[in-house]
Amino acid sequence: MDNSGTAGADADSILSVRVKYQSSKEFSLDVRFEASVGFTMLLGPSGSGKTTILNCIAGLIRPTSGRIALGSRTLFDSAARIDVPVGQRHLAYLFQTLALFPHMTVGQNVQYGIVNLPARERRERIMPLLDSFHIAHLFNSRPSEISGGERQRTALARSLVTAPELLLLDEPLSALDIATKETILHDLRGWNKSHGIPILYVTHSPEEAFAVGERVAVFEQGRVIATGTPQEVLRTPRQETIAQIAGFENLFDAVVVSLDERQGTMLCRLGNEGHQLEVPLARAEVGASVRIAIRAGDIVIAGEHPHALSAQNTFEGRVVDITRAGVKLIVQVESGVTFEIHITPSACDELQLIPNKRVWLVIKAYSCNLVEPRTPSLINDNP
Amino acid sequence: MIEWNAIFLTLKLAFVVCVVLLVIGIPIATWLTFSRWRWKFLIESVVALPLVLPPTVLGFYVLVALGSNSPIGRWYRELSGHGLPFTFEGLAIASVIYSLPFTVQPIVAAFSQIDRNLINASMILGASRPRTFFRIILPLSVSGVLTAIVLTFAHTLGEFGVVLMVGGNIPGVTETVSIAIYDKVQALDYVSANRMALLLMGFSFVSLSIIYAINRRVWAVMPSHR
Repeated sequence: MDNSGTAGADADSILSVRVKYQSSKEFSLDVRFEASVGFTMLLGPSGSGKTTILNCIAGLIRPTSGRIALGSRTLFDSAARIDVPVGQRHLAYLFQTLALFPHMTVGQNVQYGIVNLPARERRERIMPLLDSFHIAHLFNSRPSEISGGERQRTALARSLVTAPELLLLDEPLSALDIATKETILHDLRGWNKSHGIPILYVTHSPEEAFAVGERVAVFEQGRVIATGTPQEVLRTPRQETIAQIAGFENLFDAVVVSLDERQGTMLCRLGNEGHQLEVPLARAEVGASVRIAIRAGDIVIAGEHPHALSAQNTFEGRVVDITRAGVKLIVQVESGVTFEIHITPSACDELQLIPNKRVWLVIKAYSCNLVEPRTPSLINDNP
Repeated sequence: MIEWNAIFLTLKLAFVVCVVLLVIGIPIATWLTFSRWRWKFLIESVVALPLVLPPTVLGFYVLVALGSNSPIGRWYRELSGHGLPFTFEGLAIASVIYSLPFTVQPIVAAFSQIDRNLINASMILGASRPRTFFRIILPLSVSGVLTAIVLTFAHTLGEFGVVLMVGGNIPGVTETVSIAIYDKVQALDYVSANRMALLLMGFSFVSLSIIYAINRRVWAVMPSHR
């Protein structure tokens, strides 16, 4: 995982943010991250400071201290007393509510940011955008007369027509169905191919972060606790929060029993009297407490005792519960601790799974991720 | 007999007060809505004061403030050659103060209802504060401004105590309809009083209805309809 917030400050990282902001006794923001061309996802639960940081970057909120720079331009610097006014930051901000002007047509909305240009130039800028976002035919419609997706496209076009150097998106597509969302993102990617600006995209959905982002910054309680590519951040979660948001359904407390440095593994005991689980070696001592995260989709269920497997962990257990969630089945298996396993309906039929049936669970050592429990000290040494 | 003079004077007064109050009320409302000054509530109280004070109290202080012994009164006398009390100008000033909350409060209510992100969006798109005000805030507050005009107009038409204190009862100069009606009743001329009262009531009803009808069609009231 790439935690090197400062090391990334080279030529291709265009936006650099280092901000402290105290809004109340309960909430303070202290973040530092960089964003280069393309989608950087700000991922985290609500109340973790994602929108606040967008507001700081846009200039709607004045940070208590810090520095925000976009390319060679300093937008905010508390030490140098620089605070560029909102309208001169040359960025675009798509609010969650879109904030289309209800008393203006689509055309008037889109033109709002460039009224100072001569009429011909305005037209030259607007028409290609309206075309590429497929809203040219709505030119004379009011926002109340068009669909949610069309409103989204209008708001995007209105933002992009000003030729911004940075785009801020605050959960912009959360109200849309997946298909509409996909096409809008596709159009936005197409637009950014020729413009190449950084896009900060706030989301609370790890799936969305995975699917859309080129980089992810994970927020928790006003801190950035991890940055990197989605794979780096989410596939090897080092912290419990990330494990939870990344969909590691199985999180267990365990104690290190023995280390095998030659194999690169160690044995951990789950719970008080539970099984021993072989996991990848980590910097831990025998007797240390660790937390282990396992994806529900990474556990194999076998109907009879498996043998000759590369996987090192095989546990016998009993099916407790089977529930359907969309196209997948969630199976709870009791085996000292309760495991959650996701399987397909056909797998369930084949194994003839019913509650109380005896099964075996197979878990590869490398499917076991060691996560750090949420403690303040760990967050601090992880800027 | 209908005192056409008084009716004309009342309409003139209401019109002048409306215009003056729009000019000074909108900036006050803007400030009250968007200022983050910690002592703002004090100004809000001052603006709302005419709502709770007896008109005679307000009228008394306005009379003192405009009189020849006050700096304002002396300054005006030097400028124009005559004093403010018992003139149309004095009456207008008193009415403006008296009707101030009826202009400011509906406009503040309308401004406050605007989604802050519309204003933020306008600023981020590079619009100046005046442009944001005239293109976004004001158009989205049309109904509030119309309500303010209606209330101010109606309130000025009907005022009595302040007018009596500051304007006295000079026919053609400061005698408004409400005072003329009072005069007629004092003189036991119930027929004339009734005619003028009916006229005032009819006029008030019609003007209110017209403005509410216009207001009803404004999109700001009901933003979504196909």
